[in-house]
Amino acid sequence: MQLIECPWCGPREEAEFSYGGQAGVAYPADPAALSDVEWAHYVFFRDNPKGRFAERWSHSAGCRRWFRAVRDTVTYTFEVTG
Amino acid sequence: MTFRTAAGGRIDRGRTLTFTFDGQTFTGHPGDTLASALLAAGRHAIATSVKLGRPRGITAAWAEDSGGLVQIEEPFAEPMLPAATVELYDGLVASGLPGQGRLADGPDPARYDAKHHHVDVLVVGAGPAGLIAALAAARGGARVALVDEQSEAGGALLSERETPEWVAAAVAELAGYPDVLHLQRTTAFGSYDDGFVLALERRTDHLGAAAPPTVSRQRVWRLRARSVVVATGAHERPVVFSDNDRPGILLAGAARTFLNRYGVLPGREVVVFTTNDSAYDAALDLHRAGARVHLVDARAAGSPRAAECAAAGIPVLAGAVVTGTRGVERVTHALVAPYLGREPAGREPGGREPGGRQPGGGELGADEPLPCDALLVSGGWNPAVHLFSQVRGRLRYDESLGAFRPDEELDGLTVAGAAAGILDPAGCLADGARAAASLGFDAGALPPVPARGAPAAPLVLWRVPDATGATQFVDLQRDATVADIARALGAGLRSVEHVKRYTTIGTAHDQGKTSGVVASGIVAELLGVPVQDTGVTTFRPPYTPVAFAALAGRDRGRLFDPERYTALHDWHVAAGAVFEDVGQWKRPRYYPRDGEDMTTAVLRECAAVRTGVGVIDGSTLGKIDVQGPDAGAFLDLLYTNVMSSLPPGTVRYGVLCGVDGMVIDDGTVLRLAEEHFLVLTTTGGAAKILDWMEEWLQTEWPHLRVRCTSVTEQWSTFPVVGPRSRDVVAAVFPAVDVAREAFPFMAIRETTLGGVPIRLARISFSGELAYEVYVNSWYAAAVWERLLRAGAGYGITPYGTETMHVLRAEKGYPIIGQETDGTVTPHDLGLGWAVSTKKADFLGKRSFARAANLDPQRKQLVGLLPTDRETLLPEGSQVVAYCPDGRLPAPPVPMLGHVTSGYRSAELGRPFALALVKGGRARIGQTVHVPVGDILVPAEITGPVLVDPEGARRDG
Repeated sequence: MQLIECPWCGPREEAEFSYGGQAGVAYPADPAALSDVEWAHYVFFRDNPKGRFAERWSHSAGCRRWFRAVRDTVTYTFEVTG
Repeated sequence: MTFRTAAGGRIDRGRTLTFTFDGQTFTGHPGDTLASALLAAGRHAIATSVKLGRPRGITAAWAEDSGGLVQIEEPFAEPMLPAATVELYDGLVASGLPGQGRLADGPDPARYDAKHHHVDVLVVGAGPAGLIAALAAARGGARVALVDEQSEAGGALLSERETPEWVAAAVAELAGYPDVLHLQRTTAFGSYDDGFVLALERRTDHLGAAAPPTVSRQRVWRLRARSVVVATGAHERPVVFSDNDRPGILLAGAARTFLNRYGVLPGREVVVFTTNDSAYDAALDLHRAGARVHLVDARAAGSPRAAECAAAGIPVLAGAVVTGTRGVERVTHALVAPYLGREPAGREPGGREPGGRQPGGGELGADEPLPCDALLVSGGWNPAVHLFSQVRGRLRYDESLGAFRPDEELDGLTVAGAAAGILDPAGCLADGARAAASLGFDAGALPPVPARGAPAAPLVLWRVPDATGATQFVDLQRDATVADIARALGAGLRSVEHVKRYTTIGTAHDQGKTSGVVASGIVAELLGVPVQDTGVTTFRPPYTPVAFAALAGRDRGRLFDPERYTALHDWHVAAGAVFEDVGQWKRPRYYPRDGEDMTTAVLRECAAVRTGVGVIDGSTLGKIDVQGPDAGAFLDLLYTNVMSSLPPGTVRYGVLCGVDGMVIDDGTVLRLAEEHFLVLTTTGGAAKILDWMEEWLQTEWPHLRVRCTSVTEQWSTFPVVGPRSRDVVAAVFPAVDVAREAFPFMAIRETTLGGVPIRLARISFSGELAYEVYVNSWYAAAVWERLLRAGAGYGITPYGTETMHVLRAEKGYPIIGQETDGTVTPHDLGLGWAVSTKKADFLGKRSFARAANLDPQRKQLVGLLPTDRETLLPEGSQVVAYCPDGRLPAPPVPMLGHVTSGYRSAELGRPFALALVKGGRARIGQTVHVPVGDILVPAEITGPVLVDPEGARRDG
C-alpha cells in the first residue's frame, strides 16, 4: 500500500485518501453560454495519459482537505503540488 | 523399520509425540514436522495425484513441496497443507490429500488478528544473510523487524551437520534490543509499495493442545519499513525425467535437511542425481549417516568434489543422467544412462526428425537400473525473488545459475544472499553485511560458516531427453507434464503466461516454486529461444497460501462493519422491533405485535398513522449544519431550487443534482437564522453529501464564507404523524401555539421541555399533518417517552421504516436510491416544480437543457395499480407493453421500465407500486403488463400520488 504525502498531515496510507479525477478542470464560468458538446466535454471527458497526470485528491479519512498531485500512471510516483 | 538416525538433528529425542496419519498411529519428537516424522517411519507416499491417481510423496522439506499435501482432521479441519510445514504436536490427526481439500463443517473457534508495526529496517529471512543484516542494523540503533517462516532462526544453516553456534548467540543478542521485533514462524507473503510488507505469524498450532485459548491462532503483521532486506534464500530445482513423481524422489537439499535437522534418513539405498555441486554435500552426509549412495552427475567432467566421494567410497557416474524410474508406492530403481549432450533446440517432443529417429534418442546411451529406495535430485537453485518481483523488481536470467535473479536496485528494498543468487554460506554472510552497509550499518567481523570449495560450473539441464515427455512431470500437484507444455506450444501459445494457464503449471498451492522456472526453460528449449526471452510468470502475493480467516482477522461478524444505533436503540429492542440495515444504521423496520408478520404489522401501523397518530425514530436522517455569511448563496448553487430566499424559521424541500443533472440526494432545509441552515439528507447519503459540499467549497468556491459540519448524531428527530398529531404535540409542548394558522406547514418553532431546547418543524413525509421534534440526543429517550404518554389516549403507534416507505409511496414521494439509480432527473421524478428557472446557475442546470434530458420518452415516475387488486408487484419487476394474448412476445420484448417500489396499502385496500416507465406521464390511464414469476399481471398506469392528491390532510 502506497504512502501519500498529505500536505497537512504528512505521509499516510493510500486507503485514507479518495481520488477526485483530473485536476485543472474548472467549473465553466458561464455554463449557459456553452454548446451541448462543450458542456459534455466538461461533464464527461477526461484525459487518460500514460505518464504524469495532474489529479485531485482528498485526505478523506484524515483532515478532509483537497489537494493537487501529479501522479505518474506508469510508475505510481506521487508528487503533491498543493 | 525406522529411518530415524541414532543421534543428531535438532529434535528433542527425550519426548515422544503421538499422531495419526491415514488412520495409522505414528510417533515423532518435538522439533519434527509431520513430513519428517512420517519419513522416520519409512512413509514417503502421502496421497494419489488429482488427475492421474499416481502415488505421490514428500518431495521437499518446506513449502515448495509439490507432492506431500495433507488434510488436517484434528484438532480442527484445515485443507491443503504441505506435510513438511506442519510442525508435529501430540494428537495431530491428518490424512493424505488427493488434490482438493475439505473445509471444516463447523465455525472456526480460533481467533485471528492483525497488528501494525513500523520499523527502519525489515529483514525477511533469518538465514546467514538476514541474521547478519539484522544484527548490524540493531547494533546501529535502528528499529528492526526480523521475520522468518521456520520454527527457528538459521535458514540453510539449520540443514548443515552442525549449525554454527553464533546463530543462537545472534538470536540472543537481538532479543536484548528493545527496538527489535524478531518473529519466527512468520511468513512475509506480500510485498507492496513504500516498504509495506504483509506477514503471517503462526502462533499456536505448534503448541497443540497446550495452545492458550486467549492467544490468536494466526496474526497478520502489517509491516511498514523504511528499508526492506529480502534474504529469503533459494528453492532447489528438480531435473525433469520420466516417472519423476514416484514417492521416494526428493530434492537433494531437502534430503539433507531431513537428515541433519530432523535426524531422518530418506532412504538407505540412495541415488543422487545432480547437475551441480550442492548435491555432493547431500551424498556425503547421507553416506556418513550409513546410507549406500550412488552419485549420478550429468556433467561430463563431473566435479572436483568427486575426489571427496571417492575417498568416502561413493561411486560417482559422471556424464550420466536418470532417464526414468521403477516402483509404484515407492521408487525401487533409477534408470541411469550416459548423457551424450543436449537435445538440439527447436524441436517438440513427439516430432520426427528426418530419417525417423526419435528426437533426443541419439543423446542418451543405454540405461541400466540402479536399485534404490530414495532418489535425490538437484537441478540447481532458484533465488526466492518473490518479494522483490511482487513490487515490480526486474529479473534477469542468469545462464550460470539457470535461474532468474534480481536485475536492479529498488528504492527501499534490497535483496541479499541466496535470494540474490549467491549460493555459498560465506558469500551469503558477506552479502548480508553488504546489504546492511548499503543502509549505513556496519556488520563488523563476520562469524564462521561451513566452508565450501570453489564449485565447478553447474550444468543447466531442464529435462532429460525423452521422446514424448508423457510422464515427465513438471508440476506434480497439477499432474502437468512436458507433453502438456508441448501441446500448449502446438496450440500456438508462446507466452509463458499463456502456457501456465493452458497447462495449469504453477497454479497449485506451491505456485510453481519448483516448476515455474523449469517450465520457462522447457518452453525456451522447445521453441529454440533464449530463456531470457520467455521470461518467467509474474510473481504475485501471497508467497504461500493464507487462510481467509487470517486476512479477515477480527473484522468478521458484528465487527465486519460498524453498527450505528440511535439514542433510542434500547427502547426499540425492548419494544420488539424488527431491524433493518440502512447504511450502517440499525433502524426499526416494524414493531410486530403478538404473532404479526411484516405485512400485517405494516398495514396496522399505516392505518394508525392515517387515522390517528404515529411516531417514528427519524434520527438517522443526515443532518448538516451550514453556517456563514454566504450560506444562502452556497445552498443556491447546490440545490436545484432557491434557498437564499427562505425566511428564517421556515423549511423548504430541495433536490441535489450532480453536474450531469441526475438526482443525488434530496431532503428538507431548515433556515434557523440568517446565516444558519440545518440541511437534512437521506440516511444513506449523509456522509456523501457532506463530502460533496466540502469538495465544492474547497475546490471551486473557496471564496464563499461557509462552514459545514455533521450534526446527525447530536440531534434526535421524531416525526409525530397523523390527524391527531396536533393534540399530542400540543400536550407535550404547551408553550407552542399549534393552531393551523399559528404554526403553518413548513414552519419552525423553538421551545423548551424541562429546560431542554426543543425544535419543532411542520414537515410531512406522509401527506398527513405532522411535526418533527428535534432534541439533543442526550434527552431523546425522555422526549420519546413523553410523546408516547401524551399520545396514549389517541392510540399513538410507533412505526418503522417499512410503514414510512408505504406512506410516502402512497403520496408519490421518491426515495433517492430506490426510485433513482443515477440516471434520473428531478423532472423524471415529477419534481420539476423544485427546479428553479430563475437562478442563473446551479449544479446540474446546464445539463437539463441537453437534448437527451428533453426527450419525452425518458423514463418517468408513475403509479401502477394491478387491475386484479391483489398481486403485489415486486420491486425490480419489468414493465412491458400490454400483451393482448396474455403472453410475452418473442424477444426483443417491448420493455418500458421497471417497478421501483411495491407495497400493500391499507388506505387503498389494494397493492400499488411506483415505477419508472418510458414516457410514463403520457401513458397515464393505459394498461401495461408486469411479469411476476410466470404470469403477466395487468396494471394500470396512474399518476404517482395515490392518496390525498389534493393535499387536504397536510394541515389536519
